[in-house]
Amino acid sequence: MNNAPSSVVSARKLGLTFETGDGPVHALSNVDLTVNKGDFVSFIGPSGCGKTTFLRVIADLEKATSGEITVNGMTPEEARKSRSYGYVFQAPALYPWRTIEKNIALPLEIMGYSATDRKARIERTLDLVNLAGFGKKYPWQLSGGMQQRASIARALAFDADLLLMDEPFGALDEIVRDHLNEQLLKLWARTQKTICFVTHSIPEAVYLSTRIVVMSPRPGRVTDVIDSTLPKERPLEIRETPEFLEIAHRVREGLRAGHSYEE
Amino acid sequence: MTVFLRSWQGAVALILCLAAFASLPLLAADAPAPFGTGTLLLIFLMIAGTALISFAGISPSLLSTILFVVAHLAAWLLLAGIAGNEGKATLAFFLMVTASWLIAWRCVAVLSGIHAKSAAGSTFLRLLIPAIFGAWILIIWEAITRGFGIPFILLPPPSAIGARLAGSVPILWADVQQTIFKAVLFGYVVGCASGFVVAILADRFAFLRRGLIPIGNMVSALPIIGVAPIMVMWFGFDWQSKAAVVIVMTFFPMLVNTVVGLTASGAMERDLMRSYASGYWQTLAKLRLPAAMPFIFNALKINSTLALIGAIVAEFFGTPIVGMGFRISTEIGRMNVDMVWAEIAVAALTGSVFYGVVALAERATTFWHPSNRGG
Ligand SMILES: Nc1ncnc2c1ncn2[C@@H]1O[C@H](COP(=O)(O)OP(=O)(O)OP(=O)(O)O)[C@@H](O)[C@H]1O
Ligand SMILES: [Mg+2]
Repeated sequence: MNNAPSSVVSARKLGLTFETGDGPVHALSNVDLTVNKGDFVSFIGPSGCGKTTFLRVIADLEKATSGEITVNGMTPEEARKSRSYGYVFQAPALYPWRTIEKNIALPLEIMGYSATDRKARIERTLDLVNLAGFGKKYPWQLSGGMQQRASIARALAFDADLLLMDEPFGALDEIVRDHLNEQLLKLWARTQKTICFVTHSIPEAVYLSTRIVVMSPRPGRVTDVIDSTLPKERPLEIRETPEFLEIAHRVREGLRAGHSYEE
Repeated sequence: MTVFLRSWQGAVALILCLAAFASLPLLAADAPAPFGTGTLLLIFLMIAGTALISFAGISPSLLSTILFVVAHLAAWLLLAGIAGNEGKATLAFFLMVTASWLIAWRCVAVLSGIHAKSAAGSTFLRLLIPAIFGAWILIIWEAITRGFGIPFILLPPPSAIGARLAGSVPILWADVQQTIFKAVLFGYVVGCASGFVVAILADRFAFLRRGLIPIGNMVSALPIIGVAPIMVMWFGFDWQSKAAVVIVMTFFPMLVNTVVGLTASGAMERDLMRSYASGYWQTLAKLRLPAAMPFIFNALKINSTLALIGAIVAEFFGTPIVGMGFRISTEIGRMNVDMVWAEIAVAALTGSVFYGVVALAERATTFWHPSNRGG
């Protein structure tokens, strides 16, 4: 067991099987993975390979059926109860009866932050995601991209060192996505959080990550883990450098290998 | 043809005027107080003239004002002329009533095409159009009952009901106090509140939910007629027994709706709460109850109607000598149908106000719901 203080998530021979009406579905099998403090880890792989499921196991929204996993050195349940992560879902999941700032206040209310602290944190996180001035709006009055940014702000508002993000920018157009990717990198550098990030986009994964986890389906498993050689400072133009394209190529090869298994 | 299409109501009104003119007089020969020639001429000229104007391309607001005034003035003259001549109306009379009704129809059609510039203006239009509709229901009712001389106990004309209403305000007020302010309001508040509380308990404890919901569905199918006499036996003749009936009637709709509403929040929203390690009561207060609000208000609206019916019908089974249900059941026995109708009018009015207040509260609370967002 790797319980060194620097490991935030550590999975050993992790497996999860859903018992469904038409037989068991092996969503995860034999997953070995360690995420270290301060890492930005992307999960990439074809649909149904268990990316969401793995994130949900970390978040204790799903229970592994075999193997072991620790989060911050605790079981996922203990980690959840000690509020050690923020989760950004595929959809914004903002509550329509609350304004944006009230939505950001939601976890703070539940976790018992004081009113003055809440106010300061709302202001700070709204600034962080470039939504200053939109706090009094209702979610349905904002565009999809703004809603998703608000949901990121909500996950950043409280003191959790681990950020789990499940295709947060999946539904957005390319330009907004580029912009948010840039923002996210800055935010990561500033807050020094550990981020687990699910995506379908190779450039997005390479641009953002310090490590890229390539997964393949049936059963869902990790086929490759690629350490990025890119510097921490990454302007958007870095995506045209040979170094970047080299890593992207490796990821693509890894994905291909997983796909050929299917046919 | 296109000119005709611009106002088909006007065209038909013109034809009806001609037909009525051919079959004059408006009242049978033995009518005690026939129409004066001046009045007759005024009615015909007004309607025919306005029907013609409705083809002209004048501004909608001016046109609708003319149509409005003429339609109602003509109706007023016709109805005033029939008073005292019950049952003596001829075909010509009804043709003219129909013609003025068509003018009013044209008026509503023109009004619905107007886009008010100010908020006050659009509110005014939104209220005016249904008001014209309502007025014409009463006008046609009055014309038919008086024109055909329909026996009073079958269907009294609205004017008689109105007169009775105005003449019996103290009695009606006492009835409203007894039935609405005591039985209905008390029963409604207690029934809805206890249904809500039990729904929360049923949500917390699964065994309650499995046991109560099927019983709830069964009880809501129970005929209230069966419950009312028993409640009178248990709680006496006064309003308490009526309130008990209302409680029984309103409890289960609230229970069932709230239990269903509490499951209305999405899986992702609940996962979000779980990721915050939120406790049961926190999740209830911050997610599940707000998400259940549309369902809860649905129950509140259903119950506002049920409570009124329950209290009035329950009074048929023994009351002190006051109350809306009591009044209806005794006055019908004494053939005072106008009083019965007056009570019905009061019940309809209070019922609408009750429902309206709940609906307003709903709009304020569930403004976020997709069905209420518009604008
Ligand atoms: N609650 C569940 N019950 C049964 N099977 C499930 C459940 N959740 C996921 N699965 C199955 O587990 C497998 C992995 O699902 P998962 O959602 O983790 O995939 P994913 O990699 O996130 O896919 P995508 O890229 O489409 O989001 C799929 O085959 C899916 O059908
Ligand atoms: Mg997924």
